[in-house]
Amino acid sequence: MKRHTLAVLVENKPGVLARISGLFSRRGFNIESLAVGVTEKVDISRITIVVSGDDAVLEQVKKQLNKLIDVIHIAELAPNSSVSRELALIKVGVDATTRSMVMQIVDVFRARIIDVSTDSLIVEVTGSKGKIASIQRLLSQFGIKEMVRTGKVALHRRSQTAADTMPEELQRPIEE
Amino acid sequence: MAEITGAEALIESLENEGVEVIFGYPGGSVLPIYDELYDASIRHVLVRHEQAAAHAADGYAQATGRTGVCIATSGPGATNLVTGIATAYMDSVPLVAITGQVPRSLIGGDAFQEADITGITLPITKHNYLVKDVEDVPRIIKEAFYIASTGRPGPVLIDIPKDVTTDTLEFRYPQKINLRGYMPPKGVDVEQLREAAQLILRSERPVIYAGGGVIISNASSELLSLAETIMAPVTTTLMGKGAFPDTHPLSIGMPGMHGTKYANYAIQESDLIIAVGARFDDRVTGKLESFAPNAKIIHIDIDPAEIGKNARVDIPVVGDARAALSRLTGLVKEEQPRTGAWLDRIKKWKEEFPLQYKRDGLKPQYVVECINELYPDAIITTEVGQNQMWAAQYFNCTRPRTFITSGGLGTMGYGFPAAIGAKVGVPDATVIDIAGDGSFQMNSQELATAVQNNVPVVVAILNNGYLGMVRQWQELFFERRYSATIIEESVDFVKLAEAYGAIGLRVKEPEDVKAALKEAVDSSRPCIIDFIVERTENVSPMVPAGAAINEILDLE
Repeated sequence: MKRHTLAVLVENKPGVLARISGLFSRRGFNIESLAVGVTEKVDISRITIVVSGDDAVLEQVKKQLNKLIDVIHIAELAPNSSVSRELALIKVGVDATTRSMVMQIVDVFRARIIDVSTDSLIVEVTGSKGKIASIQRLLSQFGIKEMVRTGKVALHRRSQTAADTMPEELQRPIEE
Repeated sequence: MAEITGAEALIESLENEGVEVIFGYPGGSVLPIYDELYDASIRHVLVRHEQAAAHAADGYAQATGRTGVCIATSGPGATNLVTGIATAYMDSVPLVAITGQVPRSLIGGDAFQEADITGITLPITKHNYLVKDVEDVPRIIKEAFYIASTGRPGPVLIDIPKDVTTDTLEFRYPQKINLRGYMPPKGVDVEQLREAAQLILRSERPVIYAGGGVIISNASSELLSLAETIMAPVTTTLMGKGAFPDTHPLSIGMPGMHGTKYANYAIQESDLIIAVGARFDDRVTGKLESFAPNAKIIHIDIDPAEIGKNARVDIPVVGDARAALSRLTGLVKEEQPRTGAWLDRIKKWKEEFPLQYKRDGLKPQYVVECINELYPDAIITTEVGQNQMWAAQYFNCTRPRTFITSGGLGTMGYGFPAAIGAKVGVPDATVIDIAGDGSFQMNSQELATAVQNNVPVVVAILNNGYLGMVRQWQELFFERRYSATIIEESVDFVKLAEAYGAIGLRVKEPEDVKAALKEAVDSSRPCIIDFIVERTENVSPMVPAGAAINEILDLE
């Protein structure tokens, strides 16, 4: 099954996320990751959804999402024409001997340490799903006490934007 | 400019939308709205259960083509609407449901009669609103009617907290709608239609498969033109019944599980399916992989999500059925149809495999035939189950909006309140609910609504003392173990009708059927006719669940 990354531009209103997550669960679509946040326009939120399924599933996902009144536009982000990141915060148990070993791994992954205590470090790492999985695997030997991850966020490369494919008339009011 | 209350603004907005009737039931949270209704120009029909308000609004909408409106109070009032809203959603019926809500300050605190109705109806509405500011009332009403009635229609729910209805605003009804996330298709893709036309011109065995979308888009005459131009047989789905005259020589009746054999054979043998406003429901397709195995499929639908959802489609055409059919006819009319041999084959199937039943005793099919003979122009509503299938099989519709049924959700108890709604919308029509004794009991309390509001509809109960369709399945697939389906003599429907002030008639013999029907219709009062029919009559023919539709069996 293929993974597809969708940027869904929605009205920045309460309840919109529930409409979208409800749609996915009742239609049996698989969400692998979901991230939501405001955009450069105050009245629009952007939801980045990673969905798995074949092309027919993807087509249904897009069509069904489009039927939601609060969904303004959907753009697909192909891997070769977009950049994407996930972020993880990983709390690792350390002592005097292991602290430097953890710090070496953090350096290699160009991650950062954002909190230090006598017996733990919090590592911030951004990157692809694979990169986060790798550092997680390496840090697990020291004992991961707690971990949190965001969903994937993505943008088109170069000057392309998700709104490029939006029909022009979307901005115009409908005359009765 | 003088300020008015949210409740006044609501009523004024509904008047602006041309609403003439609301079906509803009052309660605490909608008191301010009902106070405004007291001397409004809009007619209010008081039902006896909120579910009936939604079904009546649905029946009204299907009979008239206008948007139906229902109203209920918060909590249980709102949740009682749910089945009706889901019914309308599945059948793409334009409906605006207004519910009261507890005051804003109490929302989320489990207040008395509080229910999260926008949350509950999320999956069964085209859209819904919780009105948080009185200033939004006119805009939301305008949007709700626009969303409900355009594109693929559907129900829209508006939840209004009580204190919003008592807040005040300067009322101004908006002229424009700004919904950037909602743009129903306006035109039709001509290129796609050209390709469709090419397929049609090459086809020797086409079948037009017409659904409820043809009725919704008022495309019946365009459908007739196309069918007669290309000389293709037309099968109409349960929801599409009336879109094409059942009496027309090109009509092959209903497809699918209880369709005609000749419709199913035609589909399976066809080389081209022209689907219009239909959605390849499992009751139509049977085993999907075996559906129309040799056919290319053109699918015309205003909802892009329907295209490719179930069946593989060769030529998708997104757009309004009426525009699409009319343009398509224009593209193919110069060529002579080549369907002569095909129509001959279908004619033979029709002669060889007609719909039929054994005429002994009082048969439910005979009752439907009598209704058809005496009142061919009636608006028929149905309940759900055997009654619905016999109505579909043996009543010949000749016009759209005259066969009103819960096709998608299959809601028992739908037909009677829907009949009330249809009669309110089309007062000059004879409206007959073809019912079963099980289904009718799901909303029989609406007799009070019909009597109090003087809505003279006829309920023809095909009383077999069983929950008949389930019993039929138990007979066929569960070794006649009639678990919880025997309901004989549980109620005296004549006395029930009389208790409500309606007329009750009972018929046991075939020769009394027509006289009773005439008496009921001529009485111009709400009337129940209790037809005591052969108890174990089955709906035939039948495609067993999971079989291909040409594996269609005759049942005794």
